[in-house]
Amino acid sequence: MPEFANLVWIVAKIVALVVPLFIAVAYMTYAERRVIGWIQWRKGPNRVGIYGLLQPIADAGKLLMKEVVIPQSANRFLFLLAPLFSIIPALAAWAVLPLGDGLVVADIDAGLLYVLAMTSMGVYGVIVAGWASNSKYALLGAMRAGAQVVSYEIAMGFALVGVLMAAGSLNMSEIIRAQQGPFWEWFWLPLLPLFIVYWVSGVAETNRLPFDVAEGESEIVAGFHVEYSGMAFAIFFLAEYANMILISGLATIMFLGGWYSPFHGVAYLGPIFDLVPGTIWFCLKAGFFLFGYFWFRGTFPRYRYDQIMRLGWKVLIPVTVVWLVVESVFILSGFGPWF
Amino acid sequence: MQAIRDLFNSFFLIELLQGLRLTGRHLFTRKYTIEYPEERAPQSPRFRGLHALRRYPNGEERCIACKLCEAVCPALAITIESEPRADGTRRTTRYDIDLFKCIYCGFCEESCPVDSIVETRIYEYHFERRGENIIHKEELLALGDQYEQQLAKDRAADAPYR
Repeated sequence: MPEFANLVWIVAKIVALVVPLFIAVAYMTYAERRVIGWIQWRKGPNRVGIYGLLQPIADAGKLLMKEVVIPQSANRFLFLLAPLFSIIPALAAWAVLPLGDGLVVADIDAGLLYVLAMTSMGVYGVIVAGWASNSKYALLGAMRAGAQVVSYEIAMGFALVGVLMAAGSLNMSEIIRAQQGPFWEWFWLPLLPLFIVYWVSGVAETNRLPFDVAEGESEIVAGFHVEYSGMAFAIFFLAEYANMILISGLATIMFLGGWYSPFHGVAYLGPIFDLVPGTIWFCLKAGFFLFGYFWFRGTFPRYRYDQIMRLGWKVLIPVTVVWLVVESVFILSGFGPWF
Repeated sequence: MQAIRDLFNSFFLIELLQGLRLTGRHLFTRKYTIEYPEERAPQSPRFRGLHALRRYPNGEERCIACKLCEAVCPALAITIESEPRADGTRRTTRYDIDLFKCIYCGFCEESCPVDSIVETRIYEYHFERRGENIIHKEELLALGDQYEQQLAKDRAADAPYR
């Protein structure tokens, strides 16, 4: 019986994590359309409900009602399995993300490794979808996505090695506790190049603009998900946005001190800012990154494929390697308040 | 030197940051969206919308069936048949415009010697059954009667530029 109670408790925790996540994904699509609209001097969706706030619900309803068209020559089994390959890692990785002090589904010691493994798995969904569709555009998109994600995985991994060196732990909560203090004591400052590399490769990893050659609607229609419609498409969409929030959350944990307030531990200001719960601070910081996603999308044109590869291999990886050496010197010399 | 400057600019993302600053400013500019059913864009007196046939103030229809509009119409949207009326004047017995063919170029209006066929400011109309896209003489005259004030005002406003 205690096992059963434990199981129920775990399921409850998962539900408590996944339901707000889905709501966040729905409202991110709304926020994205509004922000990009503003950048382009438009107003964005404001018709359905007050300020258009019911728009994502209407969109979800529409996608649910739609028929899932399976191309005649597609591999039925893999075609329907691919969206699951995409969404499962995107949601599973959330298990180790601490949203507040102790607010985590699974506080495991190798959290960082687990996250890296899960985010890399997501590309299988894209590749399987591209292959199973039996369409040339889908296959091209899948190939591009595969090459891109593998390339940027390395830069991202190196950037996270820097965090690992600074924090001395793979446990996500420990990484945050290592950054305890006001905002100038978080890791973003001493690891600034790694922070930027991580963020750039995070955008590339989620196949978002300006690195969305996998989708490339102006050249290969919609890339790997050309043949998908209805709920199958919605699941890819959900996975993409869940991944975006995940990358933002990771950036918050690794570089912006997770649940700590910006003035934590400072006289007078600290206690006032600490009145706001840590989870709120976490969401605000992650929201900052999400806004960055929209901002980049509204600003930059898509990179050409060879430019993406050049940036990944010839710029980001050397930068991380050099900064890892610099960081080792910092650590050995006990530089600043960070080490 | 230029190469070094270029390297510096691209390595420190200077141009990308400039781009972000530009779009960041655009976030807060006044939005140009017109919320259509409640707000409408201003129209010129020369607006070319749905067609109408006008009458003289004494109620006589202007059209004399010269068929210039039929001849000038680049989309062949106008079909006219004519016969002498009881009083001996030449009048149209049929004046049809196929609104699917029409490209709203306004040539019919330009070619009309008696300012009979005109294009109104109406742009919100739809068809629910086949054949409704062909608009007949009676409907055109009715439209002309309904919007005569507006049509006369627009013609007067445009007159100095002709």
